[in-house]
Amino acid sequence: MTVLEASSPRAISVRFSNRSSRIGMLVVAVALLFCATAPLWADRSSLRLYGEIYTYVALASLWNLLAGYAGLVSVGQQAFVGLGGYVLFLLALNSGLNPLIGIPIAGLVSGLIAIPIIFVLLRLRGAYFTIGSWVVAEIFPQVFQQIPAVGGASGISLPAAVVKSIAASRDTREWLIYWLALAMAVLTIGAIVALLRTRWGLALAAIRDNELAARSNGMDVNRTRVVVFVAAAVATGMVGSLIFLQKLTVTPVAAFSINDWTVNIIFITVIGGIGRVEGPVIGTAVFFLLRQFLADFGSIYIIVLGVVAIAIMLKAPRGLWGFLADRYGWQVFPLTRRVVFRN
Amino acid sequence: MSLLEVDAIDTFYGDFQALYGISMAVDEGQVVAVIGANGAGKSTLMKSIVGLLHPARGRILLDGRPVEGMRPSKLVAQGIALVPEGRRLFPSLSVGENLMVAGQLGRPGPWTIERVFDLFPVLRERQHQQSTSLSGGQQQMVAIGRALMSNPRLLLCDELSLGLAPIVVREIFGRLPEIVAQGTSIVIVEQDVMQAMAAASMLYCLQEGRTVLSGPPKSLTADTVRAAYFGV
Amino acid sequence: MDWLNTIVQGVLLGGLYALFAAGLSLIFGVMRLVNIAHGDIIVVTAYMAFFTTRLLGIDPFTALLIVVPLSALVGYLLQRLLLNRTLGEDLPPLLVTFGLSVIIQNVLLLLFKADSHKLQMGSLEVASWMPVPGLYIGALPLIQFCTAVVVVGGLQVLFYRTPLGRAFRATSDDPEIAQLMGLDNRHLFGMAMALALAVAAIAGTFIAIRTNFDPFAGPNLLIFGFEAIIIGGLGSLWGTLAGGVLLGVAQSVGGELNVAWPILAGHVAFLMVLLVRRQGLFPKVMA
Repeated sequence: MTVLEASSPRAISVRFSNRSSRIGMLVVAVALLFCATAPLWADRSSLRLYGEIYTYVALASLWNLLAGYAGLVSVGQQAFVGLGGYVLFLLALNSGLNPLIGIPIAGLVSGLIAIPIIFVLLRLRGAYFTIGSWVVAEIFPQVFQQIPAVGGASGISLPAAVVKSIAASRDTREWLIYWLALAMAVLTIGAIVALLRTRWGLALAAIRDNELAARSNGMDVNRTRVVVFVAAAVATGMVGSLIFLQKLTVTPVAAFSINDWTVNIIFITVIGGIGRVEGPVIGTAVFFLLRQFLADFGSIYIIVLGVVAIAIMLKAPRGLWGFLADRYGWQVFPLTRRVVFRN
Repeated sequence: MSLLEVDAIDTFYGDFQALYGISMAVDEGQVVAVIGANGAGKSTLMKSIVGLLHPARGRILLDGRPVEGMRPSKLVAQGIALVPEGRRLFPSLSVGENLMVAGQLGRPGPWTIERVFDLFPVLRERQHQQSTSLSGGQQQMVAIGRALMSNPRLLLCDELSLGLAPIVVREIFGRLPEIVAQGTSIVIVEQDVMQAMAAASMLYCLQEGRTVLSGPPKSLTADTVRAAYFGV
Repeated sequence: MDWLNTIVQGVLLGGLYALFAAGLSLIFGVMRLVNIAHGDIIVVTAYMAFFTTRLLGIDPFTALLIVVPLSALVGYLLQRLLLNRTLGEDLPPLLVTFGLSVIIQNVLLLLFKADSHKLQMGSLEVASWMPVPGLYIGALPLIQFCTAVVVVGGLQVLFYRTPLGRAFRATSDDPEIAQLMGLDNRHLFGMAMALALAVAAIAGTFIAIRTNFDPFAGPNLLIFGFEAIIIGGLGSLWGTLAGGVLLGVAQSVGGELNVAWPILAGHVAFLMVLLVRRQGLFPKVMA
């Protein structure tokens, strides 16, 4: 084993990238260029589909950050998706501001609500945390259904005048929302990669690999978890507000749907590769391909997804991307730390 | 034919090789001692014999029949029992329950809960207490009794003396001949070399996963054992 | 007298929640597995009770003689063939049972559509007894509550007085050493799941009799069972009964205040207990 000499601390440095990640970043750059120019070459319905895909990539990446890195397997993230939607709608209806302003505010409100929630939930461990998060999320539709000011069970819609205040022409509006969805996915993944490259990332990796060891090495595991949970809630709220801005109407059932915002997201992440930044992207691709092919068979596609997810959990628990990455040493995002010795 | 024959086994923890071609033999009614410093591979050898680890190469024969790769619960049924390092009694079970749970397998033989109480009378009066309320020595007695309840032909004792006062160690070792008298062979794994040499008729010394010395204790001088133990 | 009535109805309802909780708690106690699909499995047994009763023309209580053993068999096989492979790490059991939950709901939807079902019990359904004026005790809720007490008591005896229970506790304490004492964990875990599904089947049959149920009823049942466990204190069987009763009373009182509130009131009660006493109200005394 090499012993580092304390007298020459500058002789070593940490390098993240390798040949594979340099190729990977090139591929990502080309793909982004392709996506960003989609309004020029894609028709309206394709554009909507792509926008939906980006929001799923963002939500799955955030869930992966919680479950795959922070060890917080939440099945209650739909609470923040729906909350974000409601905040944006209420603000747009009552303030007269451009609805887009509502997106960051939705994130802020979600983050604030997340603080008491995580303090209560951290009293539960492991799988009990999971069901606890579900109970908390169940409270949201129950409460929203009771409040006449948010439309009760029938929800609220954005009137045409408010919609027009985003941008006058329909094309501009839809392009704007499309780019926002793309930006949201890119920023989410970018922020996660940046986070994982900091000391917090190292702490998260330690928690993921061995919580007990991380604790005994003096890491404040719970503080890390609070920070990650709140950050994820902020981003999830923003994504949620954007999702319902695309739909123009929000109801308690749709806003807090566990099937749309959590079941699908979990299947996506498990299939793509839990605990890998690339996983949710791969998983989202598989999910939408399956959905396009099996859409006519109703609930069969959910059953197929469930069976595939279980099979992957048993046979390749690191998911499709983890399987490939382990086998061929691939990494798209420069995340693997390697200590480099300089002479 | 020996009761147990370990034939050139290699055992790994993942990529790390812990045992290199270890061989040993235990005859019917014999007490065999395995000694070695920390990390020599003694516990790994025990785990390989009871089926918690499966050797990558080599054979383990019980009565001439291969048993390597069998599940631990199957091996108990074949007559191999372990007194684990650190005793590891079931904390939510009473003393009596700790003994009974190991007898549930129903292997026929001389050992019953009454016979265990005869062997360690102090346990009879404590049978309804939680096992965690006992002293270390008494817990070790429960651990031995628990292993005996499956009526083993081969009893493996991992670090019996660990953390116990010398007088208690002597008392426990003093019971071993009674166990052997019932037709059980014993393997003791020890860091307490003197105790082990006194009790056994055959000695193996391990160092870094290899057998560095073997033979009847009477034929070995203290110097050769010390040299093998410390590797100097 | 209205309030007394409300509380008594809540207590009786709590027996049902204790049945949800007992199966869930038993599995967690023996193998540290939280079965997210537990509620959906109860719904499956409700369908089984429904169709056994219909097809054979027998009453639901006789149907238990078929549904309970059949569910136990399904539980044993489910554990041996699938769930045993997931044990050891945190994520696989959680995500596999989560996947199972979603699969069960959608398979039920394919087979039985979204229509809700309910078993008819004729006169027993409306039979009630009035010990004091204004207090009605329905025959069915009373049978249900007594069944829950008997089941929880039976599990208590099984865990603390029988060889199987001893083996369960030993495996729960230290699975590795339990194997070295001749206990086959795979089989024991199968037996525990069989027992949990047998209890689930009793709960499922009561559900089929007392309410409308549909393919998506499971998650709520899981949540009620979970809330009863946390309120009652992890790991204690009588605690799950107490937790179930408190949850039932909270829901019943909530429903009395506002028709739309019973479930919400249950969630709030759960959060309050979690905030005040994280170990629940009746924690297990023994280690």
